[in-house]
Amino acid sequence: MLQKLFKFKGGIKPAHHKAESQGAPIAIAPLPGRLVIPLSQSAGEAAQPVVAVGDRVLKGQFIGRAEGWLSSAVHASTSGTVVAVEPRLMPHPSGLATLSVVIEPDGEDRWLPLQAPDYKNMSPKAVLQYLQDAGVVGMGGAGFPSHAKMQNSTVLEDLVINGAECEPYITCDDRLMRERAGEIVAGSRVIRDLLQVKRVLIGIEDNKPEAIAAMREAVEAMGETTFSVVVVPTLYPAGGIKQLIRVLTGKEIPVDKRSTDLGIQCFNVATALSVWRALNLGEPVVNRIVTLTGNVEQAGNWEVLIGTPMNELLALARPKADTDGIIMGGPMMGISVPAFDVPVIKASNCLIARSPALFPPPPPEMPCIRCGACARVCPQELQPFELYWWSRARQFDKAQAYNLASCIECGCCAYVCPANIPLVQYFRFSKGEIRAAAKEQKMADSAKARFEFKQFRAEREKAEKAEKLARAAAAQAAKLAAERDTPPGGESDTAVYAADAKQAVIAAAVERARLQRAETDSRDA
Amino acid sequence: MPIAPPISSPYLHAETSVRRIMNQVMLALLPGIVVYTALIGLALIVQVLLACCFALIFEGLFQKLRGRSLASLQDGSALVTACLIALTFPPLSPWWLTVLGVFFAIVVAKQLYGGLGQNPFNPAMIAFAVCIVAFPALMSQWPAQGLHLPFSQQMEVIFGFSPRIDALTAATPLDAIKTALKMDSFTGSIQDLLKSQSLYGTFAGRGWEWVTTAYLVGGLFLIFRRVITWQTPVAFLGSMTVISLICWLIDPARFSDPLFHLFSGGAMLGAFFIATDPVSGCTTPAGKLIFGGGAGLLAYLIRVFGGFPDGIAFSILIMNICAPLIDVYTQPAIFAMQQGGKKKERDHA
Repeated sequence: MLQKLFKFKGGIKPAHHKAESQGAPIAIAPLPGRLVIPLSQSAGEAAQPVVAVGDRVLKGQFIGRAEGWLSSAVHASTSGTVVAVEPRLMPHPSGLATLSVVIEPDGEDRWLPLQAPDYKNMSPKAVLQYLQDAGVVGMGGAGFPSHAKMQNSTVLEDLVINGAECEPYITCDDRLMRERAGEIVAGSRVIRDLLQVKRVLIGIEDNKPEAIAAMREAVEAMGETTFSVVVVPTLYPAGGIKQLIRVLTGKEIPVDKRSTDLGIQCFNVATALSVWRALNLGEPVVNRIVTLTGNVEQAGNWEVLIGTPMNELLALARPKADTDGIIMGGPMMGISVPAFDVPVIKASNCLIARSPALFPPPPPEMPCIRCGACARVCPQELQPFELYWWSRARQFDKAQAYNLASCIECGCCAYVCPANIPLVQYFRFSKGEIRAAAKEQKMADSAKARFEFKQFRAEREKAEKAEKLARAAAAQAAKLAAERDTPPGGESDTAVYAADAKQAVIAAAVERARLQRAETDSRDA
Repeated sequence: MPIAPPISSPYLHAETSVRRIMNQVMLALLPGIVVYTALIGLALIVQVLLACCFALIFEGLFQKLRGRSLASLQDGSALVTACLIALTFPPLSPWWLTVLGVFFAIVVAKQLYGGLGQNPFNPAMIAFAVCIVAFPALMSQWPAQGLHLPFSQQMEVIFGFSPRIDALTAATPLDAIKTALKMDSFTGSIQDLLKSQSLYGTFAGRGWEWVTTAYLVGGLFLIFRRVITWQTPVAFLGSMTVISLICWLIDPARFSDPLFHLFSGGAMLGAFFIATDPVSGCTTPAGKLIFGGGAGLLAYLIRVFGGFPDGIAFSILIMNICAPLIDVYTQPAIFAMQQGGKKKERDHA
């Protein structure tokens, strides 16, 4: 099928550095000495531990239960003994520790007896529940719980399967597509049926011809006519969700909308594979493919147990002596891990050994000369130098007016900046400040609302009480008056008179109360 | 090895720097300098070197006074400014006039505003404007056509060992036109006038036409190398072509043809090297069109109807004033905002 392609503006073409690792077939990484499995590996709430120190666990056994809908389960990656349930460092830019289950492997790597679900006869809701329990999350790097993206709430047209892998160095999806194309396509088919979409578009950058061929073959073998493998030009960040959707469908997702609002849902190829393994084999996510590359002797791709310490894993690639850090993810958007021994998590697609020679420290920042190179490469068509100007001046409202929120932090602007300005860092700073201010504002607003309601209630109660007292007093006065004015004999006339007086006093009291309340209201307003 | 302090992404950087950009600009000026030197003599090279030396001295001195790093001397921006001053001032200007121009450009127009990236006006054009207002006679002394003074004599003129001789200088083609148009008694045609004074070459001022052609070549190189974008020069030359064409069609005897205007005076230098200054110019694509178009139009009007023989400096300075406002009103729509015809309201304050 001939697919019309669209273009996105901007983008850069950094050196691929994929050759180092893309030739090596996926190998199985040996069991590490210890596994540290963080319970917070996906967006949303952290999983709750269901094991205790000393417990024996089997591979694939639940160790963390999903907390709420936007959360995902966590499993033991191998069989062994739980030796600790405690906060440990994880690969996150915050450098904060998070509750983790530490397992000492028994060396047997024994699976829990797996039972494939009869997913074809299950309700969609039950399938999603199953995927949540299997710990299926986005494997492309974002780690968003996948089941939460499969709720068929709106009518969707297209399913985009992301095999673009546009970041330099990373080749795990490339190898996965070459070697396990059938499972990826099968997983995509399951997602297609769950979402009831009309088309499945598998986008792959044209620098991966073997992967393209393998995926095409798999699609043909399955006889899927709704599928098309679309070759997209290699241009970073073509694998960014907004850019890939633009290239494949011509649609542009605004900052305040989701892709599903425009009828599109998107999954990474490795996620599709996880979906398939969970439903077809009953296998939860306990491993993933990780590219080891950068400052190493032997780059390659490995199937790695979740929780494997990165230093132990990186040793397989024989890092060179001057390695001074690890980048998780690609060199454009990845993070520097806070320690060498942080564990591999579900979102760890690539580990790049850092060295001062390979990634030299940025040269000193120079003044912006407004050359506009950043604006020409911005895939979101922003004016990064304007955002920089306002961020630097801490004029965050201006930065927002220049659409800071639309920035996807792809790093193209900083890559081309001749003045070496760390633009993305400025934007992250501004976004953080704006978020903090918004949070503070929200807290202040709700505190004000609470206070005002409390005051209103107090005033209302006071007014009601006054009204009640006035009524009672009036009734009392009227009664007294009636008793005093009633001469013996002429009962009927005086009774009428007394009733009138009582009415008048009550009316006066009610009026007083009303005025008092009106005064209170106007003070509130 | 201990883990290095985490830095955040991106970890890659393209092979680019401010210095590289400035070097390319100077490389693009080279053809113009070579042809100009062939026309005038080595005096031009002396002026370029003089301007460059003092630009670095002033830049260094004021960076130091402002407590900033001297590393900025390496960015090349002062050298580009110096070259532009040397190319826009008369080549036999006294040395102190060149130095004064450099002082105004580097110190007043640039350093006092905060250095590189902070100047609202193009420094070289500030230098030109200040000097032509303060020293109109000296700034109008262009070497007479076909005058080839020996180098030693040129040095004597520049460094003031011999009295300045008016006979050395003569009107440029633009001067001649301006003078003629001002005279009520002028009845002939511009073309005849220029030809009679043997000021006219093949398609513009004799000799000068090749210098400006060399600037054009350098400018195209800058566009090709993506140092500058096409919008500003195309709009500049386009608007100048249109307005000169209109005037020329109305009265060919009084107004020169568009080709003459494009290849005379500072049009080419202004369009490709000065109006494209990113710091003082517009940054948005539409803004660049307005900026270039406005500069080209104003340059023609000043050149033909104003009080100065050429209008490049003033037209660009006027557009510099407008640039920030133009930028605010020409912000391009961002990704996903063209669709549905809904553009977000932008804060214009």
